[in-house]
Formats: sequence, structure tokens, C-alpha cells
Amino acid sequence: MDVFGSFALLLAFVCALYALVGGIAAIATRHPLLIKSARQAGMAACCLIFLATFSVVYLFVTDSFSMAYVVSHSNRDLSTFFKVVALWSGQEGSLLFWCFLLSLYIFSVLVSYRNKHGELMPHVATILAGVQLFFLTISNFVASPFKALAIANASGGLEYFAKADGNGLNPVLQYPEMIIHPPNLYSGYTGFTIPFAFALAALLARYPGEKWIHLTRKWTMIAWCFQTIGILLGAHWAYAVLGWGGYWGWDPVENASFLPWLTGTAFLHSVMMQEKRGMMKVWNVWLVFITFMLCILGTLLTRSGLVSSVHAFAQSDIGKWFVGFLLIVIAVCLYAYFKNRDYLKSENQLDSIVSRESSFLFNNLVLLVACIAVLSGTLFPVFSDWITSNRISVGPPFFNKVLIPLGLLLLFLTGVGPLLAWRKTSGESLKRNLLGPTVAGFVGGGIAYALGAKDVFALICFILSTFVAGTIAQEYYRGAKVIKVRSTLNWLSSAMELTLRNTRRYGGYTVHFGIVMIFVGLAGQAFNQEVQKEIGVGGTVKIGPYELLLQALDQKQEKNYMAERMIVEVMKDHKPVMILFPERRNFPTNQESGTMVAIYSTLREDLYVVYAGVNQGSDVPTIHVFLNPLVKWVWFGGVVVVMGTIVALIPSRHSVLVLAGSKAPKVAPGFAGAVPSSVAVREGHD
Amino acid sequence: MKKQTKFAIGSAVIVVSMAFLAWLGYGESKTYYHTIAEISTLHGSAAAHRIRVGGTVQPGSIQHVSGRTDFILLGEGKSLSVSYTGNDPLPDSFVDNSQALIEGRLGPDGKFVAEHVQAKCASKYEAAPGEAPRPASSASPSGKT
Repeated sequence: MDVFGSFALLLAFVCALYALVGGIAAIATRHPLLIKSARQAGMAACCLIFLATFSVVYLFVTDSFSMAYVVSHSNRDLSTFFKVVALWSGQEGSLLFWCFLLSLYIFSVLVSYRNKHGELMPHVATILAGVQLFFLTISNFVASPFKALAIANASGGLEYFAKADGNGLNPVLQYPEMIIHPPNLYSGYTGFTIPFAFALAALLARYPGEKWIHLTRKWTMIAWCFQTIGILLGAHWAYAVLGWGGYWGWDPVENASFLPWLTGTAFLHSVMMQEKRGMMKVWNVWLVFITFMLCILGTLLTRSGLVSSVHAFAQSDIGKWFVGFLLIVIAVCLYAYFKNRDYLKSENQLDSIVSRESSFLFNNLVLLVACIAVLSGTLFPVFSDWITSNRISVGPPFFNKVLIPLGLLLLFLTGVGPLLAWRKTSGESLKRNLLGPTVAGFVGGGIAYALGAKDVFALICFILSTFVAGTIAQEYYRGAKVIKVRSTLNWLSSAMELTLRNTRRYGGYTVHFGIVMIFVGLAGQAFNQEVQKEIGVGGTVKIGPYELLLQALDQKQEKNYMAERMIVEVMKDHKPVMILFPERRNFPTNQESGTMVAIYSTLREDLYVVYAGVNQGSDVPTIHVFLNPLVKWVWFGGVVVVMGTIVALIPSRHSVLVLAGSKAPKVAPGFAGAVPSSVAVREGHD
Repeated sequence: MKKQTKFAIGSAVIVVSMAFLAWLGYGESKTYYHTIAEISTLHGSAAAHRIRVGGTVQPGSIQHVSGRTDFILLGEGKSLSVSYTGNDPLPDSFVDNSQALIEGRLGPDGKFVAEHVQAKCASKYEAAPGEAPRPASSASPSGKT
């Protein structure tokens, strides 16, 4: 199977090479058969990558301990489930998996647009083949997952051998999130390749019209959605597994995944300026380019050992390949931009500082400043080493100081932006739109203060969150009321109908609402409490309203590990609430240990209990208890964001045509008159 | 005032205030990476920084004293005595000959006071030196690595 797999991978490389070279020739000659053959080579490369990936999974499942990669990441006692996901637990396999996901995207693009956008698609296919070729080069010649174990024998030749058992999978990876977190995050990272290819292709081909903008936007949303899920699952994994009581530590790898998310978010907003007003074309194209570059940079950071991180893969020289690829990408983007710069000329100018346009500009500015702050903090050790020859790192205080105010500013814009009209907003309509939500915001803040939220940033966050939720509720109410008056539907059905009529707009509001929930959860961190104590059986720990009693310690032998358990009774007001079982797991195969956190989670707070360790001197166990308010809001918020994104991806039931560049946004004939002006003006693709 | 000017002023306010906050955060959290050999040559303000240093735990040097754990870290032929005073229990992987990464400050007596200790077994995922089967090229065509 290893020979089969590596042949498939090599053949994929050849096909991708043909798709690239043939594609360039096809663009030059415009020969239809050449275009077709290059496209089919691209599809073949994808299929061959699927085969290669499945053969690695097969090698894992059949315990092929003659393969170096299998030996390093699996063992016989590992459950089949984890043997399959061990594919992406190391450098080589995860790069192949990256290739696999990229191929899924490329294949669906090549198939679904095979008879559409005749001038654009050859460019798109060629760019995609170029990206694929890079990852295939890595998987074939730099970090092949198909290396067999061999040893030099007496005569100097190489002799193959197999090991009896593997070294096992890293214990921190043996958790359910491990199965879904990397595929989502990688789907995000690789997904940004598609908008990149469309944007670059449109620029190179000088593709007329705004069609490519819709395609780019759609694929960016898909990638963005996966990236969001991936980041949140990663945060949840860190929270549930690593046992330090938090879910975001500004680790370089976390930051790497956050960077394209920030620029992707910026693009999803500023692209509306282009659709509606024909503005910011240069900016948008560069946002898409930079998002893709940040994805490559993120991969580079994770895999090169350039910055140290808890996630970092083994130090390797793979970094220089990524640096080379990044330089090529930058060069191609610059070439395309300078060659066809005039294609991106703006059609309109900013009309007023109090307008939808300006709120988008500030939104983009905030997201970009956030991106630069995170990027510079992450790369600080590298740059300080170059400049001062002292390697200096910056920690969470650096990131928090900058990102918290920026986040709050962004939250404010989330509320205000959608209420502002395009071009210019009158003071009168502003007052009418803002009064209700502002009152709601201060009432919400007052309640939070009364409940004990005394931290300044958290209080501002609660005020803004209620304010934004108020604006969203108000928009829904106004829209639904119109439908309700004109039909016999009840409130809920009217709101549903409203959403389906303009999925982009109301899907967007849903995403905003999810983001508000996430902010509420983040603000909860200001009130975290923790206690760490050495306790024997019968000992107690108090935290907040809870009292924890260590009832007993026991051990449990599992197939792949030995678990030491604390049996902790949780009491509130002297009444037992539940029993928690925090664990420490020892994995004999690789002499590693891991923690299994026990969490009692409610909407109000999480009681988070860790069996932290045993005092090496006295043998007394240590319990580490955290009381983290509002954490659940982050996970629920994430679910809402994803649902909103899916809604926004569904085509609207009544599509409303709004021409980009038109001086006044057109109102769909069916709605005019009956709909309040604040709703009607923004009906359409926003 | 022109709208573009207003927008530029707004942007400048945001950028400048963020830069100021970044500078504050930098001062609060900067940590210098040093090697054990470099630490003995530090003096003045350089010795007062937060420092991160890595090395091998000298076998037999770990001593648990009330409230702290003392050990000696080796690297590049030099040694550094360390006193760990943090609250977290030391990781299980922190044993003789393990690779430790410590973070803290240099005390006035030349002893390093560590607030954080990370450790990993030296042999993590690698074959022990004796058996040393090195991954090598396979018979497959892709094995040109």
C-alpha cells in the first residue's frame, strides 16, 4: 500500500504540473482542447491525492509499523478511531491532509464551474494548480509520509525492517476535538485558496463585471465559516484538555489561525462597498491576497519552529520552502496588480463621515490594526533577533492591551454600522434608530453592574453587547412587522419569512448576534477565580458558592492508558450538586501524561476542576479549581455564528437586484411604499 | 473640513492610541531568550529582565525544600542553579536529564528564580540512541528525500 500511495502522490505531482503548464499554454493560445485537458489534469491530480491519503489511513489502520510515520504516531492499542485521525497528528501526514482538503475544494470548483465563466476559469484552474503543485512538491520530496524504516547493514546497503509496535499518539491529541478541530481549521486555511484564485484570476484576465466578486465572496464565507469553527474548536480543545483554565493564550499557533480570520472578516465587510458603490476595489483584492498569504505564513509558523509554541511540530527545514512559496505568491500578486491596476479604479468617493461606507472603512481599519498587532506580537522574537540580536518575546499583556479596546470598538461598529444609510445618514434617522438600543445598552450595563460586574472593560462590553443585540432585535422587529401586517403569519413565521427573503442581511445579523454572545463570554474572563491546593482524601476546597470535597482517589486501567482519578463531590449551600472526576492519564507507550479536566458547566459559569499533579516531595495530590463565568456563551455564540453564515449562504427567496455604482440604491418594486424607508433602502445584497 | 480629512484624523487617533497601548504591553511582558552561557555574562539592566532559558536537568540535583524546588540546569558546558517558587506542581516529565524550559528572573545572588517550568522527556518520540533505526528512503519512487 505504501508503494501504491507514493506512486499516486507522484502521479498527482505530474498531473498538477501539467495542469499548471498546460493551463498557462491554454490561456496563451485559447485553444479549447488545451483548456479542457488542463482542467482534466487538475481533476486527476485531485483524485490521485484522495487515493494517496486513503492509503496512509490504510497503513495506520493495518498497523504497518514498517512505515516511519505510522511508527511515530500510532501503536497497536490505539483505538481505530484515533488510528484514522493520526493521519493529521504529525508534520508529514498533516501536510498530505492539507493537500487532500485543498483538492476537495479544487475538485468541486473545477466540476461545478466547468461550463461557466469561460474567460475566467482557465486562469482560476491554473492558479489552483500552482498552489496544489507547491504542496505536492512538499509531500513528495520534502516531507513524504511514505518513508519506510531502514537500517544500514554491514555491507553499507539499506535493509528494510518493521517495528513490533509504534511509539503511540501524543496523549494531548487523544481527545474527540482532535477529530474535528484540525479538519475544520485546515478547511478554513485551504478554503481561502479559492477566493484568492478567483480574485487573482479576475485581475489577470481583466474579467468584466462584478460576477467574480460574488464568487469570491461566497467562497470566502465558506472558508471563513470553517476557520471560525476551527478556531473555536481549538479553543475548546485547549480549555478541556490542557488544564490551565483558559481557552485562548495568544500562542503563536492560535495567532496564526486568527490572522487570516481577521483579514477575511475585513474582506467580507468591505466587499459590500464594491458591490454597492464600486469603491475599494484595490483594497478588496489585496485583502484577499493577504488573507491567502497569511494562511501560508500561518502554516510556515506552525511547521518551521520559527517561533516556539505548544503546538509546534518538530523543528525542520521545511520553513524555507514556505518562505520561497510566499515570495513567489507576493511576486505574482504584485505583477498582476501593477499590470492591471487601472482595472481596479474606484467609481465613487466617500460622501460623508456618518455613512455606511465610513463605518465599513473604520471596521476594516480596526480589523487591520488588530491583524498587524497580532502579527507583530507573534513575530516579535524573530524581528528582535534580526534587529537587536536579542530574542525577545511578548506575552498576553501585550495582546490584551491592544486587542481588548479594538474588540470593543469593533463591537460598537457592529451595532452602529447596519443602522447607517449608504452615502449619508440624517441626524433624524440616526436618532430614531439609536434611541431604543442605546437605552437597552445602558439598562443591560446597569443590570450587569448590579450583579457585580465592576471591571471597566467588562462593563463596557456588557453595555455594547446589549446595545448591539438591541439594534439587531429592532431591525428584526421592524422587518417582521411589515410582513406580519401584509400577511396572516405570526411573529415567528414573519421573522423566518423575513430572513429567507434576504438571507444575506439577516444571516449577517445572526452572525453579529453570535459575535455578541462570544463577546459576553470573553468579558466573563474578567471575573475568573482560581484556587490551587494540596488536599488529601476528605479535604475540601471552597470557591465562590461551591465547596468541593475530595471523596476518594482511584485508578482505572484503560486499553491505551492508566487513569488516576479524583472523585470530587461538589456542594452548593451544603447540598450536593454533582460528582466530578478529574483525571490524570499516563500513557505507558510514550511515557507521557495528560490531564482530563472535569467541568460543571452552566450558562452562568463553569466550575473547572483539574487534578493538577502530585507534590513530588510529599506525595499529596494537588487540586486546581477554576470558576470561570460565562464561558458557555463563547461556544453557543460560535454555534450561532455558524448558523448565521449558513443562512447567509442560502440564496434569498426573492432576489433583489441592486446595481453596483448606481447613485441611489434601487428599491425592489414589490417592497417600495409598504416598507419603512430604513428597511427599504437597505433591501438587497447587504 | 473635508470628509477624507475627518476620516484620516479618526484613523490616526486609533492607530496612535493602539501603538501606545502596544508599547505599554510590550514593556510589561517582554521576555528575553538567553542561553545558560549568556546568563553569567549579563549585568546591569540586562540581568533585571524577565528571562527564558532552556537546559538539561542535572541528575540528582532536584531537591524539594518547603515552598520551593531547587535544581541545577546544564547547557553548553555551563550550569545554572535554579529555585522554582511557582504555585503549579512541577510537570511529571520534570525528572533527571529532562529538557526544561524555565522563565523568571535572575536573583542578586546569581541564582535564577523561576516562576514557570516546562519540561519534556529527552527521548520524546525518538528512538533511544542504541537501537537508532533512522528513517531512510523507501523503495517507492517518492522516497527521494
